[in-house]
Amino acid sequence: MSTPATSFTDHYNFAYLDEQTKRMIRRAILKGIAIPGYQVPFAAREMPMPYGWGTGGVQVTAAVIGHSDTLKMIDQGSDDTTNAVALRNFFVQTTGVNTTTHTKGASLIQTRHRIPEEPLSEDQVLVYQVPIPEPLRFLEPRETETRKMHALEEYGLMHVKLYEDIARFGHIATTYAYPVLVNERYVMDPSPIPKFDNPKMHRMEALQLFGAGREKRIYAIPPHTDVVSLDFEDHPFTPQEFDQPCAICGAEHVYLDEVILDDQGSRMFVCSDSDYCEERRTEGHTGHLGTNPLDAPSNGTAKDNASSKEACK
Amino acid sequence: MTFQDNTPEQPLLLRASKTTKFYGDRIGCQDVSFEVYPGEVLAIVGESGSGKSTLLNCLSTRLAPTTGAVEYRGRDGILRDLYQMSEAQRRVLMRTDWGYVHQHPSDGLRMTVSAGANVGERLMAVGERHYGNIRSNASDWLERVEIATDRIDDDPRAFSGGMRQRLQIARNLVTAPRLVFMDEPTGGLDVSVQARLLDLLRSLVSDLGLAVIIVTHDLAVARLLSHRTLVMRHGRVIEHGLTDQVLDDPQESYTQLLVSSILQP
Repeated sequence: MSTPATSFTDHYNFAYLDEQTKRMIRRAILKGIAIPGYQVPFAAREMPMPYGWGTGGVQVTAAVIGHSDTLKMIDQGSDDTTNAVALRNFFVQTTGVNTTTHTKGASLIQTRHRIPEEPLSEDQVLVYQVPIPEPLRFLEPRETETRKMHALEEYGLMHVKLYEDIARFGHIATTYAYPVLVNERYVMDPSPIPKFDNPKMHRMEALQLFGAGREKRIYAIPPHTDVVSLDFEDHPFTPQEFDQPCAICGAEHVYLDEVILDDQGSRMFVCSDSDYCEERRTEGHTGHLGTNPLDAPSNGTAKDNASSKEACK
Repeated sequence: MTFQDNTPEQPLLLRASKTTKFYGDRIGCQDVSFEVYPGEVLAIVGESGSGKSTLLNCLSTRLAPTTGAVEYRGRDGILRDLYQMSEAQRRVLMRTDWGYVHQHPSDGLRMTVSAGANVGERLMAVGERHYGNIRSNASDWLERVEIATDRIDDDPRAFSGGMRQRLQIARNLVTAPRLVFMDEPTGGLDVSVQARLLDLLRSLVSDLGLAVIIVTHDLAVARLLSHRTLVMRHGRVIEHGLTDQVLDDPQESYTQLLVSSILQP
């Protein structure tokens, strides 16, 4: 892909969608911002990627992106997983905007399943990819009924789910897509981010936009809006905690991914936010497994494998 | 009405005035008028297709009548037409002041959540946010309807038909409603379980001072539970009076037929 952007834009409009579609999506976004947490229906288009790959987020991003934007695309916190790479290339080809992996340097961040560890600022926009926008869906399958419940603020059912968690597991066992109350009015599904990230949404300085392509819904949280995780008085909301720091950069109080190292049960915990981890390493932080691969003596992979097998025995 | 057995100082709770429901050209129920007072149990009896369930649905805001009015006196003492109220107000009424016991417990229960959550749902719906309180309340209610409290975390699917029906009753009574609608609550249960359920219902109704409108085709249920009885046929009320009076001395030929068709063991 030397210079595909020019040839692509000969045949496609800027950011793939036509101007009327972007206008329609922007209207939905504006309505969503005006009513924080309310799911605005919109006429989602067929996108050149399958449902579940972020068609909702892509349409929202396409509607708000401009020539001067710097785009960051992450999937599970990482800049280099399939989904992130595919969608980043999509926007590079259809818009030609600059991309970055640095959270601080991005004006527009599209994410799947995480909020960056670095606090976001007022001049940034965070776009979430949402699979199922309706928090009540699995408790009340009828869409007519859930809409009525939102309209009349009947949210007792959401607590039934939390009650069930406590009755079965002794604590609220919901760990992702943890329901929140936005601006003291609408109960909202924050998309499948870990509940670790829920407190970051509360009064976030950046604008948060949510797009669900298959379900054809857009919702939004304007900057500085109250976002409260639902809980019981005697079982308050508690985010996940990790009893060890990141194995590579030594960061604490961040969200960690478990990485299985072999079939002998050894594992390591590393930052799920790859950019955050890298920045800490360039600042000189190292975890207990965090040696620089460039520093290690290059003895060839075959021998490395053999020695690691021996080490396991 | 040919009788006045209600204490005059008690204001009526619910009043139906010429309530009529047409399904196209067909009559669901026609010109039904009656009053229900606090603490009173009213039975609506009749054969299948006589309009009992249509009438119950009209009364409980589940089905808007074609003409006529249904009024209910809220806790603030004001008598309001149910169908002039906003839907939000009606729904609040449904989950606080009223109960609705379905014939099939699976219609009234959430079958995929535990018994405790089923009982606690209404509490959470009216704003209770303390898990411990909800749970102890639920466990109290299970005890009151004779379900062992160690079954609190079981799904209703693991319950027998009689237990499910008792759970449904507990779920409805937990917010201390003033009026409960029951649609054939003992239908589909075997005779001994029926007897136990009726016994339980009778004591709960008298303990809590509930007003109940109960639809049944079983005259024995009407006899055991209700103070007054409406007999319906072809969508109209053909006879109306004290239960003992209606059942012991039926005036209408249809009621006489109904009473005489009870099997005597």
